[in-house]
Order: sequence, then C-alpha cells, then structure tokens
Amino acid sequence: MNFKVIIDIAKALLHARLKQTVVAAVGVTFSITMFITLLSFMSGLNDLLDGLILNRTPHIRLYNEVKPSTKQPVDLNPDFSLDYNVIRSIKPSGGRLEIYNNVAILKHVGKDPRVLGIAPKVIAQVFYNIGAIDLTGAVHGVDVEAENKLFFFKDYVVTGNYRDLERVPNSIIIGKGVADKMLANPGDIISITTAKGDIIPLKVIGFFQSGIQEIDKVQSYASLSTVQKMLGKTESYITDIQIKLHTLELAPQVAEEYRQLFNVDAEDLQTANSQFETGSSVRTLISYSVGITLLIVAGFGIYNILNMMIYEKMDTIAILKATGFSGSDVRKIFLTIALTIGIVGSLAGMVFGFLLSAFIDSIPFNTAALPTVSTYPINYNPNFYLIGITFGIITTYLAGLLPARKASTVDPVVIIRGK
Amino acid sequence: MSDIAIHTKGINKYFHDPKTIHVLKDVGFDIYKGEFVSIIGKSGCGKSTLLYILSTMDTDFEGELTIDGQNMKGRSGVELARIRNEKIGFVFQFHYLLNEFSVLKNVMLPALKLGKLPSEQIEAQAIKKLELFGMGQHIHKKAHQLSGGEKQRVAIARALINDPIIIMGDEPSGNLDKKNGKIVFDFFQEIVQNFRQTLLVVTHDPEFAERSGRVIEMDDGRIVRS
Ligand SMILES: Nc1ncnc2c1ncn2[C@@H]1O[C@H](COP(=O)(O)OP(=O)(O)O)[C@@H](O)[C@H]1O
Ligand SMILES: [Mg+2]
Repeated sequence: MNFKVIIDIAKALLHARLKQTVVAAVGVTFSITMFITLLSFMSGLNDLLDGLILNRTPHIRLYNEVKPSTKQPVDLNPDFSLDYNVIRSIKPSGGRLEIYNNVAILKHVGKDPRVLGIAPKVIAQVFYNIGAIDLTGAVHGVDVEAENKLFFFKDYVVTGNYRDLERVPNSIIIGKGVADKMLANPGDIISITTAKGDIIPLKVIGFFQSGIQEIDKVQSYASLSTVQKMLGKTESYITDIQIKLHTLELAPQVAEEYRQLFNVDAEDLQTANSQFETGSSVRTLISYSVGITLLIVAGFGIYNILNMMIYEKMDTIAILKATGFSGSDVRKIFLTIALTIGIVGSLAGMVFGFLLSAFIDSIPFNTAALPTVSTYPINYNPNFYLIGITFGIITTYLAGLLPARKASTVDPVVIIRGK
Repeated sequence: MSDIAIHTKGINKYFHDPKTIHVLKDVGFDIYKGEFVSIIGKSGCGKSTLLYILSTMDTDFEGELTIDGQNMKGRSGVELARIRNEKIGFVFQFHYLLNEFSVLKNVMLPALKLGKLPSEQIEAQAIKKLELFGMGQHIHKKAHQLSGGEKQRVAIARALINDPIIIMGDEPSGNLDKKNGKIVFDFFQEIVQNFRQTLLVVTHDPEFAERSGRVIEMDDGRIVRS
C-alpha cells in the first residue's frame, strides 16, 4: 500500500520535470548503448583473431621430436651407476618421427570423455619443383573429414572442393602463396621431391588460404594415404596426433598426462601460443574501462538532475513530511526516481546497443587474409547485455543515493517558515 | 481515553543562531477535545514556533508534550511522522498544496500514506470532504489552477481526511481577503460543531479570535491569557 503511494508520488515528480528526466535517461541509454556495442565489437574481433589461431591449432599435439636420448648406455650399466659419467657430442640415432603404437593411442584418446575429437596427420618435408628451382615446403597428409570437423578445413579451401582429396588419387591442395609462386592452376600436375629424393607428380585440385601468409607460402594438404605412399610408408605411419578438447583450459594438464602415458612429446596450445591470450585480455580490459567511464559520467548527470529536482521541490518535500511522510519515505521516493531513470535508460540502451551492433555487423569488411569474413565481426553475447543493465542500475542507484538522503533530511519547519 | 487532546508543560525553546534567544518561556496548557482555540499575540512572540513544536515537526525543545495521551519525547522520526499522519491535520498560511497533483489526489495522499482503507474508499471520502467545502466541481483541477481561498478549502479538506484528533492552523486566513477569511472561519466552526473536532488556530485577526471558543494570548514567549 505504502509502496504504491511512493511510486505514485515519484511518478508525479518525474512527470513534472519530464524534460530533465528524459535527458538523464538518454545519458544512461547512450552509455549502455556504447558499452554493449563496444564489448560486442571488441569481443567479435577477439573471437575472429583468436579463431585465426584456435581454429587451425589443435589444443594438444602429440608427436615425436628428433632428439638425443637422455639415457645413454653407460647410465644403464649398474657398474657405473655411482660414477659421474661424461659423454661428449651425443647425436640422435634413428630419427624416427613416427608415433609408435599410434593405433592404440588413437583408440585410447578417442575414448577419453574430455576429448572433442582427434585428427591424425603425417607431415612430410618436401621441395616444390619449379623448373630448376626447388622451394622448401611441407605437405600435410590429413584425414579430410576429421580435419574439417576439428579445424574447419572447408572454410580455408578457397578454390576447389576439399573432399576431392579423398576421391582423386594423388591429389593435392596447395597454399595460395605456393600456387602464386608456381603459377599452378587447378588441374595442373606439379612435381615435388621428398626428403629421401623421390620425385612425385601430384594433381592440384584447389588452393587454400589460412590468413597467415607464412603458412600459405609453404604448406599444402593431401590425404593421409597419399602422403604415406609418397614417403613409402605403411598405413599405420603417423607423425602427429591432433586433439581438440571440450574445454581449452584443460589442455596443459591433459597434455602432461598423455606425455607420461604414451611416452611421446605433447604440446598444448597455451604453451605454443602464449601471446594470443594477452592481446584478447587487453582489448577486453579497454572496452570495459571505456564502458564503465561512460556509465560514471551518466551517473553524474543523474546526480545533478536529482539534486536540482530536490532543490526545486523543497516545498513538496516539506508538505509531504508535514502531512505524515517520514524521511525514509521521501528517500524511497527519490531512489525510485533514480532507479526509474536507470532502468528505463538501461533497457533503451540494451535495445539501441543491439541495433547498433547489428548495424556494424552488416558493414562489409573484406580482407584477403580472412577468407571466411565478409562483415565486421560482432559477438552477440547476452552477458554483455546483462552486465550493461546491472551496471546501469547500480550506477543510477549510487547516483541517487546522496540526493535522496539529502531530500530525506529536509526540515519542513525551515521550509514552511521560509515562506 | 482522556478528554485532553494536547497537554503541554514547561516548554522552553531557544534559538542559537546568530545569538541565543529564549523564544518560548515555560509554556504550559491543556487543550480538550472538541475545543476551538485561537492563539493570538504580537508578531514575533513565538506563536508559529509553538505550533511547530505541537505538531511534532520541531523536536528540539525542553518540556512535556503529550498528544492524545501519548508522550512525544524520544520518539523516532518514523513514529512522529505516523502520529502527524494519523492524529494531526495542518493548515498553513500559504496553502501548501502539491502542484504536481490534482485537487482530489492532494486530499487523498495522507490517507493513502496511512493505508487503513482501500483507495476507492479513500477517494469517495475525499470527494465527500471536498463537496462539503464547496469544491466538488474542482476535484480534477491541478492545485495551481485554484484561487487562494479555494486552495485553503482544499487544504482544510486534506487536514480532515484521516479524522485527526486535532487540526492546527498557522494564520490560515492571514493571506486571504475578508470574505474568503470569513468563509474559512465558518468552515472551521462547522467542523467543530458538526464533527466535534478539536481546533488550534494561530491568528492575528481579533474578530476571528473572539468568535472562537477560547483564546490563548502570548507575549514575548509567555502565555498571558489562556
Ligand atoms: N530558525 C530561527 N533562528 C533564529 N531565530 C528564529 C528562528 N525562527 C524564528 N526565530 C525567532 O523567534 C521568534 C518567534 O518567531 P515566530 O514563532 O515565527 O513568531 P510569530 O509566529 O509569533 O510571529 C522571532 O523573534 C523570530 O525572529
Ligand atoms: Mg508566525
């Protein structure tokens, strides 16, 4: 009952000063709009840039590094176990890049509930032959479907159909940079030389463009079996196992586990690309700071307008108190006014923020480096809207607190006597 | 229930700004229910100050104040507001209506705050009170659209809405012409006679005072006749 009267009075006061209240609410609307748009846009950019790396990089990569054995024969001999053995000039022996027992590993990893998917790979170091010149490069033999499922292979194949890798024997999809250098077109036969010196003709069926030029200039894709044949290996020859997890954060831990378990090298994404998180978090920090600054400015606007309103409405406050409204009633009235401005302003800000984001989302944005992107990126994360309205309401509440307290302490005797 | 609406004893009041002055000196009297009391005295003798104390708006005084048998000392702001709301009606010299609201809403507000009746019933009562004072055709006007005399009639209706123990007025006709002042006085008298309400009215109109039931005269902060 009491509550209803307070809202009634707040409404009447708001109405009496409609212009100022609208200005105050527009201030809030503006800040929330900018806050949401800024965060959506920045976050969209972050996702895009992270995606450049994340989409193309496994969370965990299992492989065998060519390196000297850490245990030399003399260490295994019990006769010398207490001695301090010095061996100079150790060389790696039998540089086998193959992951042993990979069938069992694939099976085991495939059953791990934390794992989203796995894609086996064979990487072959090669030379692309262009007349008398040889360009160094690498051909990745991939399980085409797994590669597409985990790393969106299709998005990066800009010419040709990625599925043809499985269907056309001895086919290859070459990097755009490689193609430019070789003047190769789809349908051409190019020849490449393997590390062992075998020269192999392959049919170009498409180009791919990753957005990272360094990769596009050296890398090509072929099917697993094509590369295995190229290297003269059996079907079980695999040099890399790429793993994607359900949660990226677990990667270092799981990598360590697999390293122990399978006795292979395991590299997690965080270690391999430690720089990419820094960029994201700095951009996010900037967006939040700007947004919150805008909100604080809007808060001062509300503070000013409420103060002015209280100054103008001294008579009203005095009469309310004289007729039986308590200081806390008066405080509630002015807090209601502040919160109304805050809620209406924030809700409008959410709508305008969405509209502005949608507008930015429709602006064309074409760049050769990002074949999958045609407009500016926007992340429509509902959390931004939630944070926006929460902050909007909290700011207006705080901005209303002091003026409301001031109103509640107005002494009616002073006002009535002052007439 | 006692018959005493307001009981005061030994009330002293000082102002300290700019220098200490003793405004009310040992004021004490009783006002009985159903009385129509006028307070007169020279300008500056402390009439308004006394009324603000009696209406519980000013709590900074020495002495005893009892309203409807309840001691007013040491109560919280919320309690005093409640007492003002329920037991006291106030009519000011400058008709203090809320310009943001209609005439009807002005009268209803104290009752809405009290919250004892549903708002439809409050509205019906407010209309009845306004009609009583000849304001029936103005109920949907805004307060600032009324003349001075009309505003004062609305203010009286508002003071009555919660059926208070006592109605106080600080020179309620002081700002009105003779004719309107007389109308207001007639309403006051009617209130006392027909509704057995208690009235305590500060006035500097001797004619008004003599026509009321009892006169309390003040001089320099003291009661000299009561
Ligand atoms: N807030 C105040 N501070 C100092 N002196 C005051 C204050 N209010 C009133 N006074 C003084 O107290 C005296 C009584 O004032 P008041 O009660 O308004 O007189 P009345 O209503 O009888 O004309 C006057 O001398 C006035 O100047
Ligand atoms: Mg006075």
